Amino acid sequence: MYKILLKQDLVPNIHLFKIEAPAVAKKAQPGQFVVIRIDEKGERIPLTVADWDKAEGSVTVVCMEVGTTTRRLATLSTGDSIADFVGPLGIPTHIEKFGTVCCVAGGFAVAVVMPIARALREKGNKVISILGARNKDLLFWEDELRSVSDQLIITTDDGSYARKGLVTEPLKELVESGEKVDRVIAIGPSIMMKFCAKTTEPFGVKTIVSLNPIMVDGTGMCGCCRVSVGGATRFTCVDGPDFDGHQVDWDLLFARQRTYLEEEKRSLEQWQHQCGDYS
Amino acid sequence: MAKINLNRVEMPRQKPEVRAKNYNEVALGYSAEQALEEAERCIQCPKHSCIDGCPVEVDIPAFILALREGRMPDAVKILKSKNALPGICGRVCPQETQCEEVCTLEKKGAPIAIGRLERYVADWEQENMGASPVDPVPPTGKKVAVVGSGPAGLTAAADLAKRGYGVTIFEALHVAGGVLMYGIPEFRLPKAIVQNEVNYVASLGARIELDSVVGKLVTIDELLSSGYGAVFLGTGAGLPMFLGIPGENLNGIYSANEFLTRVNLMKAYLFPEYDTPVRIGRRVAVIGGGNVAMDSARCALRLGAEKVYIIYRRSEAEMPARREEVENAKEEGIIFKLLTTPKQFFGDEQNNVVRMECYEMELGEPDESGRRRPIVKEGSEFTIDVDVVIVALGTTPNPLIASTTPGLETSKRSTVVADETTGKTVKNKVWAGGDIVTGAATVISAMGAAKRAAADIDAYLRG
Repeated sequence: MYKILLKQDLVPNIHLFKIEAPAVAKKAQPGQFVVIRIDEKGERIPLTVADWDKAEGSVTVVCMEVGTTTRRLATLSTGDSIADFVGPLGIPTHIEKFGTVCCVAGGFAVAVVMPIARALREKGNKVISILGARNKDLLFWEDELRSVSDQLIITTDDGSYARKGLVTEPLKELVESGEKVDRVIAIGPSIMMKFCAKTTEPFGVKTIVSLNPIMVDGTGMCGCCRVSVGGATRFTCVDGPDFDGHQVDWDLLFARQRTYLEEEKRSLEQWQHQCGDYS
Repeated sequence: MAKINLNRVEMPRQKPEVRAKNYNEVALGYSAEQALEEAERCIQCPKHSCIDGCPVEVDIPAFILALREGRMPDAVKILKSKNALPGICGRVCPQETQCEEVCTLEKKGAPIAIGRLERYVADWEQENMGASPVDPVPPTGKKVAVVGSGPAGLTAAADLAKRGYGVTIFEALHVAGGVLMYGIPEFRLPKAIVQNEVNYVASLGARIELDSVVGKLVTIDELLSSGYGAVFLGTGAGLPMFLGIPGENLNGIYSANEFLTRVNLMKAYLFPEYDTPVRIGRRVAVIGGGNVAMDSARCALRLGAEKVYIIYRRSEAEMPARREEVENAKEEGIIFKLLTTPKQFFGDEQNNVVRMECYEMELGEPDESGRRRPIVKEGSEFTIDVDVVIVALGTTPNPLIASTTPGLETSKRSTVVADETTGKTVKNKVWAGGDIVTGAATVISAMGAAKRAAADIDAYLRG
């Protein structure tokens, strides 16, 4: 059992969990993920690592409520425990002194971009970060991201805070601007990552995305997380989760993510019924 | 000369039409009377080739004699002195190609049903003996790390613990058992049986660390430098093979590993009570002809498929699956499309597989495996409507260990190179056994390799 040392509700439907997992904390690197399972009947789901503390022996993950498992997770509190916490999995994000790197964080993925931006800055890169949220109530870790960036641009879809628009707009301006951008790292909902990649493609700026297909084991034994990159089939859990955004078959990823729409609906209905919530 | 009884006692089984709708064990086990009747058939011949036919050298005539004479605790002791997992082996070993094949009565078409008797003794122990007292062993003060808690890892751990070593098993998944838990279905190998065997290994003093992916959480070199005197690799062959044909990434096309893991390990057959779903196909095609293909087909049937096909490129004679499992599958109504291989898959606008195009095959000259080579019959394409496809072509070792362990030698097939007799690899203090060395094989051959490696590790650590 892995204890929840801290559970924080960051913004509506997005929660932070600091989990006691000393062995994982010792090894975690930016861009890696863990697979968690709440209890015996629970499913295994991947969550990208947001932070870790070797001294404290803790790993922090941030998750957004989408289906049954993430909603059940949201009902847990500081002091509760979860059954399984496996990691660190996946290949860490490649960090080196590239020059100028633009880190684009979509919504809750600011949590995942944080350790990457921090590591890039520590390696001597100029880090320009773009943080986008649907509205100001869903924005979090603005100061945290600013603290590891040379420049921070914030967008909200509805203009309720900072600049109105999508993250792709300042991204396009940046790559068009004449300032040499050596690399872009874009992490967030798959559709956002796709459009970030499409935005940078005509400018030939290498764009790394972190793919989020459905997973079961996370160690390469089932092939559930297979994606097509550059025409070849890859397992996200062992070959990724980072891939070249210009090479990803996005339509295939979206389609495969929808494999269990029916089942997810059934599961949610059953859970809500169990909770007495008929909304 | 002893009277020879050629009436092999049948294993009682659930009727096909009943069992096709449930996950309960198909083979019901001998009653005490049946076990006695079968045990009495053994003529206790002086040749006893059966012992040599057993990869772990169980003293078969001795345990059968003990059973016959009503000395059940003795039968248990004899069996377990060589085989740490008899409840499992009695169920899944291909005895027909091992001990029973060389039984003196095999020539007369009625070999002793050694596997059924082994299962009887193992089940008797669980029901009547509870946790057997473990003889205390003087600790050597040395530690051994075992990577993987499948048949090889559990056996190596058991043998090493019995020799006084402090053993820690590192298991990647959230339960121990490896392929015994995620691969072989409940109706062939009840998970309660696997859990009993795992508990037995733990009772010998082996510690099991779950959720521990060696190669990610900790490397082999880190284990060796943190006090472990030796490492045994029993990580199996868990990387699925795909066909590499168009349409293979459509929704509803599973590797057998994924399908079986969802159904067996994550209990998707109890969805939504258990949260992991699996697609329930109406028309399911399973590609392959081994035990995993049979398991996959029979699981798909139990999930509620209307039609389940086995698609195999050779003929029935070449199928590697156990005869018994092929018969069970046929009885349950699974349709065998032999001399057939998929060409491509077609999907709908939501990326769901809807149809499979296949070639008919014919058999030519034998290939490297010794079996006649399947050859595509040009122009023979035909289609079958399917909504779930399970690719059960086989598995190879997961490259994770090799890629994170400098000094380990691997073959072209990604297996770890190890001495056949001792299991020693070229890396100092590292041994390996089971599927990671041989490629996908059997539970019992993994156990045999693990026993040999444990003995060699013991010899090495004693100096």
